[in-house]
Amino acid sequence: MEGALAAGVRFFAAYPITPANEIGEVFSERLPEIGGKFIQMEDEIASMGAVIGASIGGLKSMTATSGPGFSLMQEHIGFAAIAETPCVLVNVMRGGPSTGLPTRPSQGDVMQARWGTHGDHPIIVLSPHSVKETFDLTITAVNFSEKYRVPVILLMDEVVGHMREKVRLPAPESIEIINRIKPDTPPHWYKPYEDNKTGVPPMANFGEGYRYHITGLTHDVMGFPTSKPDEIKASIERLFRKITLGLKDIQLYEYVMVEDAEVVIITYGCVARTAKQAVQDLRKRGVKVGLLRLITLWPFPRRALEPVVRRVRKLIVPEMNMGQISREVLRVNAGRAEVVKVRRVDGELMTPQEIVEAL
Amino acid sequence: MTHDKEGIYKYLRTEKKFPLIWCSGCGNGIVLGSMLRAIDVIGLDKDQVAVVSGIGCSGRASTYVDFNTLHTTHGRALTFATGLKLARPEMTVLVIMGDGDALAIGGNHFIHSARRNIDLTAIIYNNYIYGMTGGQISPTTPQGMVASTARAGNIEAAFDIVKLAEAAGASFVARGTAFHVNQLDELMERAIRKKGFSVVDVITQCPPIYGRYNRLGSATDMLRWQEEHALEAEEAEGLSAEDVKDKFLTGVFVDEEKPEYCEEYERLVLKVQEKERG
Repeated sequence: MEGALAAGVRFFAAYPITPANEIGEVFSERLPEIGGKFIQMEDEIASMGAVIGASIGGLKSMTATSGPGFSLMQEHIGFAAIAETPCVLVNVMRGGPSTGLPTRPSQGDVMQARWGTHGDHPIIVLSPHSVKETFDLTITAVNFSEKYRVPVILLMDEVVGHMREKVRLPAPESIEIINRIKPDTPPHWYKPYEDNKTGVPPMANFGEGYRYHITGLTHDVMGFPTSKPDEIKASIERLFRKITLGLKDIQLYEYVMVEDAEVVIITYGCVARTAKQAVQDLRKRGVKVGLLRLITLWPFPRRALEPVVRRVRKLIVPEMNMGQISREVLRVNAGRAEVVKVRRVDGELMTPQEIVEAL
Repeated sequence: MTHDKEGIYKYLRTEKKFPLIWCSGCGNGIVLGSMLRAIDVIGLDKDQVAVVSGIGCSGRASTYVDFNTLHTTHGRALTFATGLKLARPEMTVLVIMGDGDALAIGGNHFIHSARRNIDLTAIIYNNYIYGMTGGQISPTTPQGMVASTARAGNIEAAFDIVKLAEAAGASFVARGTAFHVNQLDELMERAIRKKGFSVVDVITQCPPIYGRYNRLGSATDMLRWQEEHALEAEEAEGLSAEDVKDKFLTGVFVDEEKPEYCEEYERLVLKVQEKERG
């Protein structure tokens, strides 16, 4: 939350849901203090609608939810993707499906975060594993959303969401803040969805003299609905191109002792903490094991995995779901290393021992 | 009324987006024109007007007008408008919705926007049917009327938009028709000027779908039906239920001063910041 404020978030809309309530409660107190806007909406669909509306009005905007609310937000995630409205969603994952396990950790929404809304669309999904990283990644999420004009999802789990750790926050002036690029053309020349070198068109906020049209329909460079195949193709392809051009910037990951590793654990979120312990224990026993921690989950960081896959004998993928990221690992691995899934879906944390046993 | 025509034209994206998609005889153009005349009379700056619409025939209205226009998702126009209004309280935010859009899929947002009394003007193009999708029953289709999903007649009761908006807390509630254009212009003007959540329920004709399913004749016939069945609320005083059983009431039903959400929020900010300073 402090990360969001540091990144310049000035609008927050949400609907109560466990285990994401604390985020809204803090915002409801902090935002009025600095002249920002907080509103508790009538449901999650409304929250996400308000977030998009406020972002179009020029405020950096954010919402937070959990499983059932995340499902309700999907339609508007698609709207933000096609209308290219910067916004950040925090999903504190609970066990699912349906009402599921509201107070227990899970990593069951990894695929939903990528493909939950219908149609081909770009999305960025980040997953922190500590309190400090939640602060940093919230800033990164806001920055990515502004830079690439894309919805960014911060995928947390109940463990990281409720964790208390001592955090030394960086000085405000040391934090890099990215703001959406505004048009420098006069209003009558402004083409809101025109392609350029980066694939990200400058964005005019409503009320600043650029009167233009925003729609969830497939649109031309002026933002007006189109059904012409060449215009549709160009606009949808640009949505992907802008993310592909930024992959090096977007795909974040951490290697731990992979240089000489024969076995690498691929992990993210709270399970990464368990996995780090497992690596330490195994190294003490002389086992050459390393860890690849995915920070960006989507677009899936193939570039981080590829050099590992080429070298190692075995990949262990522990997840608190029935196997979601492991599917991506299997895809990139393409039969080269042995891939072992370690799954846990009972609401209990994974133990280092479970990972060690997969060796 | 020559000035009206010029007035309207300067707010239309005639070079970009015309001809429009509405069927011949559709009342939507009349209702949109009325909104534009009201904007002209008030003298609003185009840059400071946002038109937010939902999905359906009415949803296309935002495409045709030269303001900050936002064509949102089905039923959710009010939620986008709420965020935008909070971000830009100085803007005039007008929300165009259809009857199914505003009251079925968007019913929850409609009552909560009214309850919050946020300064938005909700204009409902009420043609009693889902036109764009081929003529299914909507929450305002009168009982007994025919639709593609009610070939033997609609068995559901209809919402009364005026009563619903009033009960939910809107500070201004009115009803007009596409036929009574002068009255509609006035209702629109008052609704837009009103600080708070304003609702204008506009009865408008859909000759090719609703009209055809129910054998209501041409656009002219349907407009004549509006002329004959609308009764100004003031003229209904003292009449019995029997006297008005075939009629629907028009005019202004609610015009109250109530705390408006954005202003209340500003007050909250001041209060919190004063406390901060001690």
